[in-house]
Amino acid sequence: MEAVYEKYFRGNLPHIWCPGCGNGIVMSAIARALDKLNYPQDDVLFISGIGCSSRMSGYMDLNTVHTAHGRALAFATGAKVCEPRLHVFVLMGDGDAAAIGGNHFIHACRRNIDMTAIVINNSIYGMTGGQFSPLTPTGKRATTAPYGSIDRAFNLVALAEGAGATYVARGDVFHAVQLTNLIVEAAEHKGFSVVEAVSTCPVSFGRYNDMPEPADMMLWLRDNTVTVQQAAKMSEEELADKIIIGKHYETEAVEYGDEMARLLARAKEAE
Amino acid sequence: MAKKFKVDLNQKTCKACGICMALCPKGVLGKRHDGKAEVVDEAACIGCQNCSVHCPDFCFVVKEAAADDK
Repeated sequence: MEAVYEKYFRGNLPHIWCPGCGNGIVMSAIARALDKLNYPQDDVLFISGIGCSSRMSGYMDLNTVHTAHGRALAFATGAKVCEPRLHVFVLMGDGDAAAIGGNHFIHACRRNIDMTAIVINNSIYGMTGGQFSPLTPTGKRATTAPYGSIDRAFNLVALAEGAGATYVARGDVFHAVQLTNLIVEAAEHKGFSVVEAVSTCPVSFGRYNDMPEPADMMLWLRDNTVTVQQAAKMSEEELADKIIIGKHYETEAVEYGDEMARLLARAKEAE
Repeated sequence: MAKKFKVDLNQKTCKACGICMALCPKGVLGKRHDGKAEVVDEAACIGCQNCSVHCPDFCFVVKEAAADDK
């Protein structure tokens, strides 16, 4: 029996991800979202960077590009400007988007080009052996922080909003149905949309942080997430270790592709 | 009469992570000798789709059983 989303997969499964990896859950959430959006597969461009999560472009039956580390958004900007009919999805990991590609990320937000960036945040550099990343919560252990990370983590949602993204949301793999709906909303929004998908890495993160089983990490997400609506009624101390999920921000702004078309028209007139 | 559901589980791609067994509210799924999931009590399934949504390896298809499908 086939699931609704199987037509979006290339059929080279099983994937290489570890048992219980959240990437697979995000992948099925994206496929369900594509099924809801009902875009023709030929009109979807799916670009990913480097990392565990970015292997996803190899499994999805869409126009896919597996690009350089941190530079997925740069490739996507070029593709979208040349071919505005494409629905562009950019998939990055937390290290890819916030550390190696941090500059590309904020400048893509600033330009407000019409695409959907999905950042899978598993709090760790999984592929290289579990070093702490800019999104590792303070105090959590990693292979390079055996006594707990002392760095403060990025708030990716606030960063994207401050940098100028026009749709910002955060979902997580325990609330996978909500994640699907957020991806659908983000794709339908005209402008640069960011969806942070808080994910699990049971092997490199969970084992070091008293969550040895993949299911423990899922229950950790269940117990430590609050919705935007609930968070509005809570104090800062209560929210200290909580992950706030839901749509955080949406606004309208001039889209880069439209502005580019107007610029080209002006330049033609001047000739 | 309560609806009946058919749980299709692909054990070939199952990686024995145990997420489905932890999240199933009705104890439909159990652990096989090698740690992989198996359907132990299909009649108890309420079709909540928790397993199919959360399986990282896309092993589950849960559908309402046809009337003649007992």
